[in-house]
Amino acid sequence: MSASAGATGTAAGATPRGTELQRAANAPRPQVPVLRTVGALMRKELLVELRTLESVPAMSLFSLTTFVVFHFALNRNVVEGDLAAGILWVTLLFAALLGMNRLFVADADQGGFDAFLLAPVDRSAMMLAKALTLLAYLVVFELVAVPAFGLLLLGPSLGHALPDLIGVLLLGDVGVAAIGTLVGAIAVRTRARDLLGPLLALPLFVPLVIGGARASSPLFGGGHAGAPAARWLLTMGLYDLVFGLIAYALFEFLLED
Amino acid sequence: MRSCAVEVEGLARHFGEREALDGVSISLAEGATLVVFGPNGAGKTTLLRVLAGLLRPHAGEVRVLGADLPQHAHAMRGRVGFIGHEPLLYRELTPRENLRFHARLQGVGDDRVEEVLGAVGIEGRAAEPLRSLSRGMVQRVAVARAALADPPLLLLDEPYANLDPAAVELLQPLIGRSADPARPRTRVICSHDPAGGLAEADAVLGLRAGRVALSSPAASTGAEEITELYR
Amino acid sequence: MHPMYGKGLRVLSIATVATMSVGLALVFFYAPLEEEQGFLQKIFYVHVPLAIVSLAGFIVGGLFAIAHLRTRDQRWDMRSYVAIHMSLIFGVGTLITGSIWAKGSWGHWWVWDEPTLVSYLIVFLLYVTYQPLRFAIEDPERQARYASVFAITAGAFVPLNFIAVRLSTAYVHPRVLGSTSNLPGPMALTFLVCLAAIALLYTTLCKYELTAKHARAQVRALRRQLSGERERAPERTRTAAPRLTAPHPSVGGGHS
Repeated sequence: MSASAGATGTAAGATPRGTELQRAANAPRPQVPVLRTVGALMRKELLVELRTLESVPAMSLFSLTTFVVFHFALNRNVVEGDLAAGILWVTLLFAALLGMNRLFVADADQGGFDAFLLAPVDRSAMMLAKALTLLAYLVVFELVAVPAFGLLLLGPSLGHALPDLIGVLLLGDVGVAAIGTLVGAIAVRTRARDLLGPLLALPLFVPLVIGGARASSPLFGGGHAGAPAARWLLTMGLYDLVFGLIAYALFEFLLED
Repeated sequence: MRSCAVEVEGLARHFGEREALDGVSISLAEGATLVVFGPNGAGKTTLLRVLAGLLRPHAGEVRVLGADLPQHAHAMRGRVGFIGHEPLLYRELTPRENLRFHARLQGVGDDRVEEVLGAVGIEGRAAEPLRSLSRGMVQRVAVARAALADPPLLLLDEPYANLDPAAVELLQPLIGRSADPARPRTRVICSHDPAGGLAEADAVLGLRAGRVALSSPAASTGAEEITELYR
Repeated sequence: MHPMYGKGLRVLSIATVATMSVGLALVFFYAPLEEEQGFLQKIFYVHVPLAIVSLAGFIVGGLFAIAHLRTRDQRWDMRSYVAIHMSLIFGVGTLITGSIWAKGSWGHWWVWDEPTLVSYLIVFLLYVTYQPLRFAIEDPERQARYASVFAITAGAFVPLNFIAVRLSTAYVHPRVLGSTSNLPGPMALTFLVCLAAIALLYTTLCKYELTAKHARAQVRALRRQLSGERERAPERTRTAAPRLTAPHPSVGGGHS
């Protein structure tokens, strides 16, 4: 709105232009397009994350350490099949919980929610921006965690199974991002926010673990190697769709007071 | 006669069983300044948050800039400048980054960001993260944020907290009375300073335990009536 | 405020007691002994209705939550709370009877290859967080809204979770008792009567709790009026249960 210029100037006098301006000031401000708002929010998230390095590095480091812990806890040098898929998915989900827990902290503590609510924007833009942010965090973090898993624990080489695995991981990431955004927003405005988030999210993740682990286990060799079964991909796709829509529809109720 | 910028009739807001506001009525003409006094917990902040559309009123009629709250709150969004206890700024970002973010949310160009940065006298430190700035500096950035879209209504909760007199003077073009009669600036200010508040006010509202204890034109209100509120 | 709240409670209670008596009589004197499992199989007439009714209660709680978010009427939140809360109690019963049955027929207190039981546990673990969530939010309105968001999400989760778990489990055990269609006639009749009895019990208990909650809200409102309304400090005890604030006739500002 260029009409807002001149505010710092001294008395401009009651020029004919003045009434025009006044009418502009009294008219409702046009809503900022959703995509622009999403862009602004994600840009801010990225800036804060680059400045604090709070989420992605912590998630990555967590996954590396967890692989080491699994090595000792299971007393295995290499894993394959079901076991490999289970270790990977459990590690990914727990790391995602770390990201989810941090996702809204700055907004809740530093007034970002209020600032957003004061602006002429679509409320659902925040859900979209946060879910996309979490999705981006997950993808970047998996770029570290999955190769590390292949290097440290996985018996058969990933190689040719990689495209399938990427597909399965992405299906999982979308669901985690949707639920993580919803649960993160719920938990951040409760006492004991660090506790409630994982408690709420973990049971909700179970269908994703089932789908993700079963779909990726044939990619990791073992007894029944092959392509992921379609029903697991369908389960995950259904999950993503249902909870994506639910998170989108319900998010605005978490914002207002 | 000028139209009303803020009209409130019988406003009530409770938190559970605690009445934060009860039967509050306000009528504020466009361009006028209302200063709200009252002891801590009297409901000043709640009132301001209701007017800003951040809290839903539970009873009564609230009309802000012609929009009935809460049903038509979207019609007034972006036309209200709000300064609360929190600066609504991210500590890890610099003043410039913060204001650019808010400018995008408000649909305001980046040139306006530079303009308000200059107006609050913070250009020199606009590239330092907010957490390294003093509280007075942060308050200046908060004022710049509230004034970004040059809103016709300002809701200011102790806007001069942590500011030195020179800074208060400096910020007047942004949040003081409008110098341009064609662009009136209506203001609701919460204050604890009877003399300073009275000097700015056209009308005075005194709150006590969520109810109106004093409501009068500033011209006919004495500072002792205001100090009485705190007793 | 709500003078009609106890209405129908007496009829409902009598119907519940009567149906339960008939159900028990059928279980012990009418339904034939199952050939493989013998007497233990009779726990089926309690376990399965408990599971069905509590799951239905979870979903109904989600539907009430939708009504709450749409209308902002806190009475819907109260209904949603009571439905979920009662389902949790029935859920404990489901898990205990299920364990006993598993121990009796398969020799283990818990079996992972019974998909219905496993999905039930996951759903139960999710809903167990409902009360702590409410308890962790102080502002009653926000508590109600967040609880409703949870209830809707969890309500959608119930069927999805059953699909996923069902798919994941190889059909190790023949599911003789999975549905009523392949039950012999007397068993099916007994089961249906028991299902009706448990459903009635659920409804009656919910209604009792709702009536008690409303009565308490009214008493509190009256006491507040008697003691000069605002002078008395509001109750500061934290609670996970929704509270109806009685003296606000126009909650929500009268919008549609």
